[in-house]
Amino acid sequence: MNIIVNGEPRQVTAPDLAGALAELGYGGARVATAVNGAFVPAGARAGQALAEGDRVEVLAPRQGG
Amino acid sequence: MPVFYGTDIASSLMLGTAQYPSPKVLADAFRRSGAGVATVSLRRESAAGGAGRAFGDLIRGLGVPVLPNTAGCHSVRDAVTTAHMAREVFGTDWIKLEVIGHPDTLQPDPFGLVEAARILAADGFKVFPYTTEDGVLAGRLLDAGCRVLMPWGAPIGTGRGLANPYALRTLRAQFPDVPMVIDAGLGLPSHAAQAMELGFDAVLLNTAVAKAGDPAAMAEAFALAVRAGRLAHGADPMEPRDMAAPSTPVLGLAVLE
Repeated sequence: MNIIVNGEPRQVTAPDLAGALAELGYGGARVATAVNGAFVPAGARAGQALAEGDRVEVLAPRQGG
Repeated sequence: MPVFYGTDIASSLMLGTAQYPSPKVLADAFRRSGAGVATVSLRRESAAGGAGRAFGDLIRGLGVPVLPNTAGCHSVRDAVTTAHMAREVFGTDWIKLEVIGHPDTLQPDPFGLVEAARILAADGFKVFPYTTEDGVLAGRLLDAGCRVLMPWGAPIGTGRGLANPYALRTLRAQFPDVPMVIDAGLGLPSHAAQAMELGFDAVLLNTAVAKAGDPAAMAEAFALAVRAGRLAHGADPMEPRDMAAPSTPVLGLAVLE
């Protein structure tokens, strides 16, 4: 399945967000996620089905003013 | 010292964490200034990553409360989603709410700001809105559930100081019991002192320290200015007047002609 992760096209086989994150190498990282602009809490990632073309954002702490 | 949503803050100086030449310089600036709050953000993480973890460790090491922002958000939806993501990652319900209305001025979008503040406050967030000096807007933000306001001094990154001190003085007088932070636009310690002299509870700045030739020294200079301004406000400053008035007594002046 083709999805967009942080603006880049990626291919995943996992049907859900938790599986896709593990597949993409985010296992264990302290990140927050959104799918198609909607926040997906960490505890809901396994139940968040992904579909072709979904836009996934994976964010982490950074410098800010 | 300021109290934000029931939390005592150790200093009236709040510092951003962006644009420092190195993590060490950032940590030095915080240590030397005793800044009471650190602002942070969320950005895209690569899978190879680790940047988020390293930065998270650095920030925790500062030992001050963290205030995540929604910097760069131009819509209510973006800001609300970013706030939820920040709450999960940083483990705090504090959010510096930015809803930007124009890319050149980075002026807050007052309509979007009130709407986002209402949504987030209803969802348990403790909202710190980045706002203008507009008193009517301030009232709407309080109605929306904000218990702290952060009016700008001048547009973000300009370093111009308080562009409209008259309006800020009016705002302070209009809401004397609301904790207020002058956020953005400060370039020099004297600007911070002026904000504190006007009776504001704290100042929040980033670029003026991070882009100084010696950020740690500049951070300390801001800390001293904030302390001076706060002390001066509490000491009840004199009223300015137009005509000169001798400070040395006239009575007893020698007659020498």
